[in-house]
Amino acid sequence: MQDVVIVGAGVSGCAIARELSRFALDILVLEKEEDVCCGTSKANSGIVHAGFDAPAGSLMAKLNVAGSRAMEALSKELDFPYRRNGSLVLMTRPDQRDALEALMENGRKNGVEGLEILDRDALLAMEPHLSEEVLAGLYAPTGAIVCPFGLTIALAENAAANGVKFQFDSPVTGLSRTGDFWTVHTPTGMIQTRTVMNAAGVHAGDIHGFATGENMKIIPRRGEYFLMDHAVGDYVNSTVFQLPGPYGKGVLVTPTVHGNLLVGPTATDQNDPDRTATTREGLASIREKAAHSVTDIPWRQTITSFAGLRAHRPEHEFYIRETLPGYIDCAGIESPGLTSAPAVGELVAKIAESILKPKKKANFCPTRKNILNPNILSQEARSALIERNPAYGRIICRCEGITEGEILDAIHRTPGARSLDGVKRRVRAGMGRCQGGFCSPKVTAILARELGISLTEVTKSGGSSVLLTGRDKEVQP
Amino acid sequence: MKNPDLVIIGGGPAGLSAAVAAYEAGLRDILILERDRELGGILNQCIHNGFGLHTFHEELTGPEYAGRFIEKVNALGIPRKLDTMVLSLGPDRSVTATNPADGLFTLHPKAVILAMGCRERPRGALNIPGTRPAGIYTAGTAQHSVNIEGFLPGKRVVILGSGDIGLIMARRMTLEGAKVLAVAELMPYSGGLKRNIVQCLEDFGIPLLLSHTVIDIRGDKRLTGVTLARVENGRPVPGTEISYDCDTLLLSCGLLPENELSRGAGVPLNPVTGGPLVDEGLETGIPGVFAAGNVLHVHDLVDYVTQEAAQAGENAAKYVLSGEKSSENCVKIQCTGGVRYTVPAQVHPGTKSLKIRLRVDKPYRNKRLTVCADGVPVLSRKRPVLAPGEMETLDVTNLPEHFSAITVALEEGK
Repeated sequence: MQDVVIVGAGVSGCAIARELSRFALDILVLEKEEDVCCGTSKANSGIVHAGFDAPAGSLMAKLNVAGSRAMEALSKELDFPYRRNGSLVLMTRPDQRDALEALMENGRKNGVEGLEILDRDALLAMEPHLSEEVLAGLYAPTGAIVCPFGLTIALAENAAANGVKFQFDSPVTGLSRTGDFWTVHTPTGMIQTRTVMNAAGVHAGDIHGFATGENMKIIPRRGEYFLMDHAVGDYVNSTVFQLPGPYGKGVLVTPTVHGNLLVGPTATDQNDPDRTATTREGLASIREKAAHSVTDIPWRQTITSFAGLRAHRPEHEFYIRETLPGYIDCAGIESPGLTSAPAVGELVAKIAESILKPKKKANFCPTRKNILNPNILSQEARSALIERNPAYGRIICRCEGITEGEILDAIHRTPGARSLDGVKRRVRAGMGRCQGGFCSPKVTAILARELGISLTEVTKSGGSSVLLTGRDKEVQP
Repeated sequence: MKNPDLVIIGGGPAGLSAAVAAYEAGLRDILILERDRELGGILNQCIHNGFGLHTFHEELTGPEYAGRFIEKVNALGIPRKLDTMVLSLGPDRSVTATNPADGLFTLHPKAVILAMGCRERPRGALNIPGTRPAGIYTAGTAQHSVNIEGFLPGKRVVILGSGDIGLIMARRMTLEGAKVLAVAELMPYSGGLKRNIVQCLEDFGIPLLLSHTVIDIRGDKRLTGVTLARVENGRPVPGTEISYDCDTLLLSCGLLPENELSRGAGVPLNPVTGGPLVDEGLETGIPGVFAAGNVLHVHDLVDYVTQEAAQAGENAAKYVLSGEKSSENCVKIQCTGGVRYTVPAQVHPGTKSLKIRLRVDKPYRNKRLTVCADGVPVLSRKRPVLAPGEMETLDVTNLPEHFSAITVALEEGK
């Protein structure tokens, strides 16, 4: 019997797992994909929102601001990339002044520190590439950026180190209540547990339905993005938002913690909770919209475009509560969900604590070290590292300068990388300008060797996503 | 670690030829740094024949062609470090590299030859909409799987782009038992060599769809299909969509000289080629740093890479041995009438003879390539056929003593 089953290994599920791992509890995370961070958590803007736009008084506003305040300390505790770069919300028409001021007022009510409205000259001094249309902007010095994979994986690894178990390729197909416990149905068997936490992202409506028999509307809202090369990663320094206006919600232009430039997202509601295809129209609209805030964006430096899905509720509010005894919903976690994750984890853990009344673990370890990046070492330290472990002297991904040593570490951690994308999310091999052209065969070979599987079993992202379909005709045995 | 006189970054065809030429020009203290575990570069995976017709007057495979130069380099005893990645090049020519045996080390050579080659344009840079499943590879990555690993990346294949590697892979995948359904090319003409279109597509009945591109990619985990459409004025034409069920999409949509090291060192680059701006001696904007091969500009035939790199090797040796430095400002070579670029892009006044390599912007018939010094023609060559996929070479031997302008023009053929 489990004490806790968490459905979904995205940032919310992993944050809940990590918080609950402070207690003497048997915790299992079920994930339908082959790794953590495979859904909404992997494809988003990577922004730590300051917290000025969620409606004052809402749960969303409360958790946003709390998450934003907790993130920097958490990034030190769990060793993931975070940078406080500040954010700007720009107005491009005089009649937007009231809206901009209302936004600042809302932010102040939410408790966001340091908000001020800057005029065009002050903005240009910060960001020389702003467009000619920009008139003024709201500056939020507490806005920051984070690596969404880094955050989620750090939470998962720390949870695992504190005893949480992860089970992948395990979609939940049903939930039933018997007496004081829940039975979780998966294709490989039934799991009994005292509590269930629904952190299933765009699929949270299905899980809610299994538990309650009632509908919960979660609308998969697609967002498409362009990612650009390091060469132009400093084109803006702050995260540059647009004031919602006649062009809709607008798009953002931001550096990433890894020094790329990110532009997007679109916002298109769809029915399919799995389809993350980009569209010609979507990508074109980003280019058109972004030009209103930032001028001459170097589109030729695009290295990839991608899309993610937000788990949107029509109420646009997080839904976190013990819906039925022992069944906790953590649903509708859309933007600012990534920012809110530390606070979401705490809130859900608090609810679980009140149900389970667990004891604190004496040996809880709150820290975790990230995979060592040799690029940050001195020449002497790096040489010494290579002498101890020659795999750190072999560059596998030339664009990002990733060594075999880092990839081996990514594979042998818990939970470890089992696919090309799993390696990519952990150490960025294949994330660079050639998008894996040179390193993917090498990473494939390393995965096969380390996992003891054949090359034809190595996948891009689990399931049927094999990379090689068979031997050459002439070398078939 | 001892500092060699000359460091050559890259042990592919350019690096090997440069090493041999530098040695033959009298330089002894040379070091080749190669990121792979063996010399030869991309030629090692090019197991088809057709290499070396100009250099050796016979048809060799890629590994055989590389082998000829590896043997020479071995016979001359030129040192090399394999499995070694150069991480940075400094404006002072310092080269920082890493490998499992030596750790991280920095060399301070007197001269450097850039011979890092090029890479393929990936899907992301093409902005093809759709899903992002497994089964999408650049043609070169697929070539590596099939020819080096012995594994097929898929069984039903559509190829986007008619660059030479894509054409070669259409044939290769067919020979290995895959079904190549079509090759789509965005432009109204192919970017590949005519002989490859005939030998790799026509001989196997593989359709080449000109002015077509991929407008959708399907499949969640593994590719399940793509949609092609005809393109007019850069836009897909509604109603011309053709859907293919396939598990593989290969991309052969252009090669990009790999100049991250050059950029880091502050070597000025040519926005047209993506390679360094060099003078008649293939010296870049940083004295003592030379460039040759696909890192300088993408070549059609390896024979020309060999020739160009030999020139760089010889000049690098001269630079080290005689300390010869030209202080005069270069004259920029102007391109007109459909000449996209020239290598070199600039010439020192006083230069007598000059090898100009160039490409044109689209296919032409019955034209002339004319080189003028201060408006006076010094060379004019008839060209019945010109194609963007084929490089042109002009040997100018009679430049006047003084000149202040050089132009290379594409003119009417009469």
